[in-house]
Parts: sequence; C-alpha cells; structure tokens
Amino acid sequence: MVTKEYRTVKEIIGPLMLIEGVEGITYGELTDIRLDDGTMRRGRVLEVHRDKAVVQVFEGTSGLAPQGVTVKFLGKGVELGVSGDILGRVFDGFGRPIDDGPPIIPEKWLNINGNPMNPYSRDYPNEFIQTGISTIDLLNPLVRGQKLPFFSGSGLPHSRMAAQVARQARVLKTGEKFAVIFATMGITFEEAEFFINDFRRTGALERAVLFINLADDPAIERIAVPRMALTVAEFLAYEKDMHVLVILTDLTNYCEALREISAARKEVPGRRGYPGYLYTDLSTIYERAGRIKGKMGSITQLPVLTMPEDDKTHPIPDLTGYITEGQIILSRSLHAQGIYPPVDVLPSLSRLKDKGIGVGKTREDHANVMNQLYAAYARGKNAKELAVVLGESALSDIDLLYVKFADAFEDRFIRQGEDENRSIEDSLRIGWELLGLLPKSELKRVRPEFIEKYYPENK
Amino acid sequence: MSTNNQGEVVKVSGPLVVARGLAGARMYEMVRVGEAKLFGEIIEIRGDEYSIQVYEETEGIGPGQPVFRTGEALSVELGPGLIRSIYDGVQRPLDKIAAQYGEYIVRGAESPSLDRSLIWKFEPVAKVGDHVVAGDILGTVRETKLVVHKILVPNGVEGTVKKIAPVEGNVDTIIAVVDTEKGPRELTMVQRWPVRQPRPVAKKLPPLEPLTTGQRVLDMFFPMTKGGTACVPGPFGSGKTVVQHQLAKWANANIVVYVGCGERGNEMTDVLMEFPELKDPESGEPLMERTVLIANTSNMPVAAREASVFTGITIAEYFRDMGYSVALMADSTSRWAEAMREMSGRLEEMPGEEGYPAYLGTRIASFYERSGNVICLGSDKRNGTLSLIGAVSPPGGDFSEPVVQATLRVVKVFWGLDDKLAFARHFPAINWLTSYSLYQEVVDRYANEHYNARWSEVRRRAMAILQREAELEELVRLVGMDALPAEDRLLMQAAKMIREDFLHQNAFDELDTYTSMVKQFQLLNTILHYYDEVRPALQKGVPLTKLLTLPVLEEISKAKLIPEDKLTQFDELRSKVSEQVKSLMS
Repeated sequence: MVTKEYRTVKEIIGPLMLIEGVEGITYGELTDIRLDDGTMRRGRVLEVHRDKAVVQVFEGTSGLAPQGVTVKFLGKGVELGVSGDILGRVFDGFGRPIDDGPPIIPEKWLNINGNPMNPYSRDYPNEFIQTGISTIDLLNPLVRGQKLPFFSGSGLPHSRMAAQVARQARVLKTGEKFAVIFATMGITFEEAEFFINDFRRTGALERAVLFINLADDPAIERIAVPRMALTVAEFLAYEKDMHVLVILTDLTNYCEALREISAARKEVPGRRGYPGYLYTDLSTIYERAGRIKGKMGSITQLPVLTMPEDDKTHPIPDLTGYITEGQIILSRSLHAQGIYPPVDVLPSLSRLKDKGIGVGKTREDHANVMNQLYAAYARGKNAKELAVVLGESALSDIDLLYVKFADAFEDRFIRQGEDENRSIEDSLRIGWELLGLLPKSELKRVRPEFIEKYYPENK
Repeated sequence: MSTNNQGEVVKVSGPLVVARGLAGARMYEMVRVGEAKLFGEIIEIRGDEYSIQVYEETEGIGPGQPVFRTGEALSVELGPGLIRSIYDGVQRPLDKIAAQYGEYIVRGAESPSLDRSLIWKFEPVAKVGDHVVAGDILGTVRETKLVVHKILVPNGVEGTVKKIAPVEGNVDTIIAVVDTEKGPRELTMVQRWPVRQPRPVAKKLPPLEPLTTGQRVLDMFFPMTKGGTACVPGPFGSGKTVVQHQLAKWANANIVVYVGCGERGNEMTDVLMEFPELKDPESGEPLMERTVLIANTSNMPVAAREASVFTGITIAEYFRDMGYSVALMADSTSRWAEAMREMSGRLEEMPGEEGYPAYLGTRIASFYERSGNVICLGSDKRNGTLSLIGAVSPPGGDFSEPVVQATLRVVKVFWGLDDKLAFARHFPAINWLTSYSLYQEVVDRYANEHYNARWSEVRRRAMAILQREAELEELVRLVGMDALPAEDRLLMQAAKMIREDFLHQNAFDELDTYTSMVKQFQLLNTILHYYDEVRPALQKGVPLTKLLTLPVLEEISKAKLIPEDKLTQFDELRSKVSEQVKSLMS
C-alpha cells in the first residue's frame, strides 16, 4: 500500500488540524505527524470531505505550525501490538513502553476500537468475585464480566479503594489465571505513583498492565487510553484465557477530552456542552466488559469517575449509570467521619447481584442478610433524621434500637482497614452480629430457618 | 430523467456519509457504501449530494469509494420464522450472524432475516376460485406451539385464486397463484414491507379491553389497554428494565415484540436465557414461543439504533394484521431519540431543545400513533390490536426534558418511576401519586363486568387512602406519628398495608411475579375489609394499639403468596379479620 505524505496543513484549531489536497484518505485512518525538528506525533482522521481531512492530534497541537508539519496517512486505523509478554509492563497513553523495558514484540496487531460484541454470543455474568470489602461483597456483589463504576468526588479515597480491590479481588475457586489492567486518564503524578508503588509492593505488578496518562499529558491522548487498555484486556481474556479486571480512572477527564474535540469541531452540544453522542461513546467503552459463551476468560470493569460537585445527575455519572450494571457511590459525610471505605450504601447498587450469590456461590443466607441489613440501615438513618427534627425523645424504643444499629453498622461493617481482606464469611458474620442488635421479630426479610441457624444468641 | 445505480463518496463524518452521482435515488432508499458494502439509508438530498446514515462503523471509508443503490427503502422480511428470532436493528438474525462470523459483529455481515432452512407446512384456507383482496387469509402455518402464522394476501394484490394447495417448504415456496388484472401472480409465504411506512388497516377503533400484565400496581391503578400506549420514564436504577421485562413476560398479548434499543448487552442476554425457561401463565408454553426480540445494544452503530424501533413496530403490525393482540416494548426510546439527535447534529440541522432535532415531537408521535385497536384489511373484518409501551430514560431523572415531554403529549398511560421508592427497595418503584392512566374508565367498565362488580369502587377507595396518606405524612414529619388522631392512624395503617402488601411486588419471586386480575381484587378487597372492620371498632372504644396489632395482619401480609388456585383462602382471611375484631369488642 502506498502511504501518502502531505505538507498542506491549512488550519489548526484546538486539537484539530485541517489538511487540504489529500487523496484516497479514509475515515478513522491513523496518521504520523512529523515536525520539522524531527519529533513525531500521532493523529486520527475525524472527517474527510472531498480533498480535505480533519485530523485529531493525540498529543495536542501546541507548538505546531502549518508550514512545519508533514502528515503521513498510514492507511489503517489506530492499532496496538499485543503479546502475552505484555504483563508486568507500563505504557504511556498511546501504548509506548515507559518502564525502560524492551519493546514489545507483537503477536498480533489489533484495532483499538474493537467490534461490538454480538448480544447472542454473550454469556450472562454470574460468578462472584470476592473483593474483601464488606460493603461490596455482601451488599453490592461484583461478578465476573460486570461493569461496576465508582462514583466518587474530588478528595475522596477512590484511588485507595480501587487499589485495594485490585489487590484483593479473587474468585472463590482456585487455579485460574488472573490479570489487572490499569489505565489512567489525567490523574496526578502522585496518584499514579501511588498505584504503581502499591502494585510493586504487593507483587501485583507481575500480573498487571499499566497505561498511564497523567494530568499534564496531552488531553486528547485520553481518548485512546481506555480503548488501548480494553484491547489488551480482550486479547488476554479471550485468547489467553485470563480473567481480567480493568480499572479505568478517571472517566471524567476522558469525557472532558471528548468535549474539547467536540467544541473544536463546532458540533451542536448536548447537556452541559458535552457532545450529543457522549452516551454512545461511553457505551463503546463500558460494553466491552463481559463474557463470551465458550471462552474461558472474562473482562470485569471498574471505572472510576469523580462527580463534579458530587452531583449524580451531572451528564457523566448520569449516562454512565444508564450503561453500567450498578454503581458504588462514595459518601463525603462518611469520609468526614473518618470512615474508610466511605461507601454510601443506600444509593449504591449492583444490578447483577441476584445471579452471583446464594448456595454454591457464596452462602444460602446472603440475599436475605443483604436485604435485611439494607432495610435496617435505611430505617436507622430515617430515625436519625427524625431525631434531628423532633429530638431523640420522640423516637420509640424500637427506633432507638435502629439508631444504635445504624451507628454500629457504619462503625463495624462499613469501616474496615485498607489492608483488611474480609472473606465473604467474615462479612456475613459481622452482618449477623449487627442484626443481633435487633430482636428476631424485626428480621422480616430473613427466612426463619436462617434466623434459627445464624442469629447470634447469648450476647 | 437519467438514473444512476452507482455513486461516489465525497464526505465521511462518523456514521454520516455524503455521496454524489446517485440521481434518481429517493429519500430513505437503502444503499451499500464503499468496497465493504456497508448498509446505509439516504436521509437527506441536496442537489446532487445525498446524505446517508450508515448502520455500521465507517472506519476505512473515504472519498472516491463507490456507493451502490438498491432501489428499495429499508424493509423487513415478514413470514414464518419471525417468532423466537433475535434480530439487530436492521433485521439481521444475531444467532446466525454469530454462527457465521463469530462473537463480534463484523462489518458487512449478512444473513437472510428468515431462515431458509426451516420447513413449514402450509394449510390453505382460501379455495380455488375465491376472490381475494389484500389482507385476506390465504392459509396458515403453525409457527410455534403458541402461534398460528396466517399467510395474508400482500398489499396491492387482488384477484381470483387460481391455484392453492397444502404444501411443505421454506418461506420461498409458492403457495398460491392469484389471477390479477395484471396477470397471474405467484405468492410465497414471505413478503417485504418498508419499515418507515405504517401498514394499512381498514379502520381504527378506540381501545376497549385491558391489557393485563399481572403487575398489581399497573393493572389495578394505572391500567393499560389492548391497542393503547404507555410510557415508563425513570432515572437509572429505578427499575425500568425490570418493569419492561415483566410486561414482556406477563402481558396477555398473543405476540410480544421486545426492542432493546441502545441498552445493555447483558440485559438482552438475560432475556435470551430466561424467556425459553419461563412459562406463559395461560398456555404453560415457554414465553419465547410468542416473542420476537430486536437487540441493538448501546455499543452497536447508532444509525441502526434509530432503525430498530421501526423494524420492531413493522413486525408487530404484521402480526396485528393477522388479527392478533400484539404488545411492543421499546427500551429505551430515549436512546432512539439520542440517535436522532446525533444524526441531526451531523447533518448540521438547526437544533431544537437540548440539541434534539425540531422534529423530535412529530417522530415520537408518529411512532406511538402506529398503535391501536383496528379492523384489519381483509374481507373477514377481523380485529387486531397493537399496544406500545416505551421506556424513557430522562437525564438526571428530570421529567421536564424534551423526550419525556414529547412522549407525554401522545401516550395515554404514564407509569412514573421514582428513585426514592427504589432506594427504599419498594418495587416496582412506580409512584402512585404522579402516575396516571386515561384508560381508567374503559377498564373499569370492563373489569366491573368481567372480574368483580365492585372493582372500580375498591380501586377508587384504595387510591383515596393512599392520597390521604401522602397529606398526613407531611404532618407526621412535623409532629410525629403519635400526635395524629386515632382515626388517622388507622388510615395510615391501611395505607401502609396497601403499599407493602399490595403495591409492593417481587418480580423475582416465583409466586409473586404474576397476579391474576381476580386475585388482585381479592387482595385489595381484603385490606379494605380490615379497614372497614377496625374503624367502627375504634369508635366503640377498642384501644388503637389492639387494632394496629391484630394477629391476622401477619397473614394478610403474606396473602400475596396465596396460590392462584386457592383464592377461597381470601374469604377465610376476611372472616378471620371480622372474628378477631369482634372478639376485641366483646
């Protein structure tokens, strides 16, 4: 194939370049952009109209002059070379090694956009993953092939939680191959160092692949980062039979990069200036989680996003919630009380919980205990609110018990150490201890035989 | 006028391709784009420039590549083999595509919509010498245990049957020859229809019968009709999809078309795995035997998502034309509207509200107007119905946004989902204070006649209690429950029972997931019976706490699990209420 080189850049607007006089260019094509000082950048064709092409420059356009640029169209989409040796390596946001290791010798090249999975070929996710965190395992269970985001806010410890999950996550079966792919978009150097060190300290790095785009790295590169990560994930999951956990942080920065391009193209904006196709675009990331019938591996996604002003109705968390299978919401007030991990239990949800728990998966009483803890905590919180308005004396005795329960629940169940890896049995035990604060007659959501079997007597 | 069969791409921008040199091509004609022959549809014509929305990823398409005309608008294939199928937005069979091309949907993948390897047994109904018009039944094919597929005379065909006989073969087999004015016409079991054009009917009638769903809050308080329209808006996590699945499972329609429009892939997998296992409450056959699935998940190309709703409704209309009651669920119409917005943006149209095209309202209206209770074409004047239920996913749960508002202007039933109820784990999280049904009167009349003469009375009283509860709750927040007069506390108790023992329904519990109309009445009537018994007792001096803790309450709270074949237990339960109250008075 003939490659085509042009020095006919006419306009540079934001992250975009307009090149004239091109021929035989196709949509989505990858380009090499050579500056006259010899440095290289990469771009992708966003639009072609007759002999004009609009190219998005991944590294940004700062320092580019229309006269001093040679653009080479490569006749193929953005591809990533993958290989089984990729484990344990650290890359930049465009898939170039930054860990002083040798270059990757690719087994094959894959287009980073992937293809939509045929819904008919999907296998329903139903294998419980134990993360060692009670609020997730017992109340919002994660299953293999699920996409479960953390909705966080600035200043909340989502990074520490994500690292804890990455460290502790395991399935209640042994002998399966496991990998973590960690991709950052616009997070700070300190945060990224925290993750890399944590992975190194715990030995997790050997089975991890890291893609690092920092806050001072080009914003447009963030468009490619999650797709790079998921391309590697698909390769490891479906060709190397591995169970892959993909952590993407922070999707808010990704969406902002998308908005920047959209604005530069003068597109009609949807809500809050984000492009009308934000939902579709996010879905091409999130929907790459899953399982395929007849394949060993799986892709589980834990995207992290910070909600601007802790507002769940902001377009980014809102559209994410419509695509992902639940959400873990972090609470600023729990964090202020010094409770780690500050999971806001009531609005958090795992949509796939029902199929991943119960006999043979976790324990027979799991669903009942989950519902009962949830209901009791909700009632306790309500009673506390009422006490604020009317005074504690207005509460009935039973409501006072619920208040006591809610406090103990936050202190003993939600709170746990950063290195505390609770088994599901441990979480259930703590759950029952707390339910023991309430009389048996209040446990309406638990089957009598489970109360008989598990209710702590003689406290 | 000169016409060309092949043109050339001049512009590519995401799913939008502009081509020229297609003289003679019409609006909404299908074309194949590029060497990869991607499916596309003409959506705008300006001079010699034809804007095409492409149903597949356009990477690798560029100026100079060819565009081929097909001469036909986007159409679906209609015939035996539709039931139990799972199609994408442009009627490609996903199971066949998976078998041919693997786990991922690759571009240009093609497979006939109706499986040609399936053999059908055609039984004639019309006889040689009959004069037939469009819509007349030529014969039947047993498609599944639940569905007898009627082969209709296609539109535009009228004449005398010259040849017809029982025959076995695939859908392309000739089953009859009709002598028309233009000469003999051979007819097969399959016909094609352009999706954007509603299939004609003889006459439209107002809906008359309820579409029962087995969901207590819906059937009792906000009923839907056969031929009616409903919408289910709600923020994420409020249970839209579960409600839609419940409707697809338990609605008393002959045929269900379920359109998963821009939603999660795993949800479609769930339907695919669950429906063959679930049994239809009336016939005991697997629900899949009456279901057609259209799955265009969120990550599949956006233009095909726009088409998926039309593909679904055309298939639904086809079954309606056979004289069936058909229900179509679209989850979610917001994704469909967003697909329109995206294409509109790429066409650089002047945007209306929130970037949606100005024609959003008309498009939504024209979709819902394809519903109805109709007299079908054909000389036997059979009756068919098509009910439409659309989920709406408003951003941030804000019902004032354009898609919800445009939908509410046309639909007659509003099932408003409320995330506060969902957080309180009250499911289905349908807000009983804001929801409404304009079919209430029609259904009341029907229900009083068919289920129980006191249906409408019981419903009205129960709703009044719930509304009074909402008013009292304001008060309780200020002064506490204890400050309420005893009578109001009884009302609060009755309201709580209606909420927890009637409205609350567990979709995942085998017994609770479906409740027949008669049982719904019995259950609600029992709760009201309690209320009617305790009020006079209170006036006669029975202490309030005794009435609030009547032992039978425990049993009422489990009454929703009384099996459908043991409904006399409700009579016993009511006598028990009366007895226990009486014993307090003596």
